Amino acid sequence: MNATSEPRPMATSHRIVPSAPASAGERASRISARDVTVHYGPKQAIFDVSIDVPERSVTAFIGPSGCGKSTFLRCFNRMNDTIEGCRVGGTITIDGEDIYDPSLDVVELRARVGMVFQKPNPFPKSIYDNIAYGPRIHGLVKSKAETDALVESSLKKAGLWKEVSDRLDAPGTGLSGGQQQRLCIARTIATGPEVILMDEPCSALDPIATAIVEDLIHELKEQYTIIIVTHSMQQAARVSQKTAFFHLGKLIEYGDTEQIFVNPRDKQTEAYITGRIG
Amino acid sequence: MTSVETEFDANTRRRAQVRQSLTRRNRAETRFRLLGLGSVLAAMAFVAVLFGNILSNGLPAFWQYNLQTEVYFDPDVINVPAPPVQEAGQSDADYQAASLAWQRRLAMVNWNRLITASIAQAMQGVDVEIDDRSALSIVDTGTRFVLRDMVLANPDLIGQTRDVSMLLSADGDNWSKGKLSRDLPDARQQLTRPARDAIDALTATGAIHPAFAWHIFTNVDSRSSPASAGLAGAFVGSLYMMLVVILLSVPIGVSSAIYLEEFAPKNRITDLIEVNINNLAAVPSIVFGLLGAAVFINIFHLPLSAPLVGGLVLTLMTLPTIIIATRSSLRAVPPSLRQAALGIGASRMQMVFHHVLPVTFPGILTASILGVAQALGETAPLLLIGMNAFVANIPATPLEQSAALPVQIYLWQGNENRNFFEERTFAAIIVLLALMILLNALAIWLRSRLERKA
Repeated sequence: MNATSEPRPMATSHRIVPSAPASAGERASRISARDVTVHYGPKQAIFDVSIDVPERSVTAFIGPSGCGKSTFLRCFNRMNDTIEGCRVGGTITIDGEDIYDPSLDVVELRARVGMVFQKPNPFPKSIYDNIAYGPRIHGLVKSKAETDALVESSLKKAGLWKEVSDRLDAPGTGLSGGQQQRLCIARTIATGPEVILMDEPCSALDPIATAIVEDLIHELKEQYTIIIVTHSMQQAARVSQKTAFFHLGKLIEYGDTEQIFVNPRDKQTEAYITGRIG
Repeated sequence: MTSVETEFDANTRRRAQVRQSLTRRNRAETRFRLLGLGSVLAAMAFVAVLFGNILSNGLPAFWQYNLQTEVYFDPDVINVPAPPVQEAGQSDADYQAASLAWQRRLAMVNWNRLITASIAQAMQGVDVEIDDRSALSIVDTGTRFVLRDMVLANPDLIGQTRDVSMLLSADGDNWSKGKLSRDLPDARQQLTRPARDAIDALTATGAIHPAFAWHIFTNVDSRSSPASAGLAGAFVGSLYMMLVVILLSVPIGVSSAIYLEEFAPKNRITDLIEVNINNLAAVPSIVFGLLGAAVFINIFHLPLSAPLVGGLVLTLMTLPTIIIATRSSLRAVPPSLRQAALGIGASRMQMVFHHVLPVTFPGILTASILGVAQALGETAPLLLIGMNAFVANIPATPLEQSAALPVQIYLWQGNENRNFFEERTFAAIIVLLALMILLNALAIWLRSRLERKA
């Protein structure tokens, strides 16, 4: 699917400032993106997307494959920087701070904005070291006791403590897929992020593991701002408070999840939700 | 009903077509498997022939014939006074001068007379008349120095009798091993008739018998007494070169591979560097020898035949191999691991050193050891920096002149004493191959050990 090839009349919908009509005054916006564009070499992947993500809630990015939702997600912790030939334009602020400011250290940003990937990717180290690694490199823990406590609390928050407390020295790669993904979530939590980005975190998991992770996301939103990319509309409906629909690199519609699924304003959104595109 | 009939027919025909093509495909697969099996068998046969040839030719060299006989350290022959003792009041310099004078007198002794006397003693009761020249031609020419060194180490030996094992000369060894035809007329034999008869007689009495030739590992090369020539000098020379190669090429190669792969921007300059590294890997090794001669010897005036220069040249040759192999093992690390590290806020350097390198360590290690093993066997570049010189000492430092194992093989293979050195050449090949197999086995063992840990 080529994001640039299709001539399309400028839809007004991708320009909306979303929080205004749907959820005015509900919560303070935590993340704010303005006119964000992303190019991969000569090819444009994201077209002038503006969005405000509220804090302590789950925002879902949905859309057909190749619509740019993952690319856009990676703008928030600047993972796109690691991709050769990728350029990001526009501004993204977190708590009013421009994260593309040249004076900002990307390492510090990534400590604040954690990420969970599509495929569970624990380090080939012990469960304990998987969790302890982030806090150690960021200097968040000083003693063994502090580290132990942080490992335990992170694993508890990720709902994994009961399953692994007796084998913290076992390699993280030896866990089941669902456990590995929760280990990755625990690893992310351990560095004390403010925002957690999840890039299709359940796409490699079976339905039972998916349900467990979804419950976990539900609990985590009490503490963190979560943005989740998913290709499952049911999942978006289950876990998120806000939903953004992307198509061909453009933000088509953004609003409360219920409104998007029950009463979509845009024809394309409706077509996607009812299964006619995608 | 007819439509069902035709559909049935179509299905049958389709199945027959598939079956037909399946037979064809199966035949092709069988053919391919047989070809593969054949080439594997052929390769194994070549290896077997090669190793069989090397072992059958080389192993006999590790057993050389010795003459076990009693030597009387005759005081009439060893006509030297008692060794000087430092007296009270004598200065160190005076004592040293006296010692040296004594040693010089010891060196002037006609030690060969002890040997001929001892052989005559051993021949008592054997019906062979043997002249002194023939007797001396039986044992290695270095034997006289062996006797001298015995007395030098223990002057009390003078006047005593000792059981001494003398190495047979190259010709004597050849005769004992049956490598010289007994049908040749005297004029074409390398040993005189009395010498040959004496060897046969002493072999019958058990005085001449084969023994394991440890001196191959402890002696240096020798042209005057070929039977005692050994590999120690070449071995130590090669060892020094390997040290230089390991100390230089592994750190430089691995760090440049890490830099190029993980940190360097991808642009024209790095592309150019990459292309050049790949080209360097394909440069014939003798060209590196020319480069070494031009740069290290002509410009930097480093000594000729020195293991340091050899090591530097081999480092240049090994670097591209190590860089390429290290880069490919870095490239094989799944991107998910890098993303995991970066996603949690690791810096690029932390990502490389905490996560990527531990995973690639076995691969880097294997690449390094294989590169070093390749350098160990390299001959051509060493010839151009003078390492084909005849050097008969064990180098104490990498700056001293030295031989090297592969060059020693080359030198022995060209030795004019063909019928003795052919065997010895194969023996040197066995030593070199054993060293290589050891290095490769180490690489495999380390790799499997580290991979199990990871």
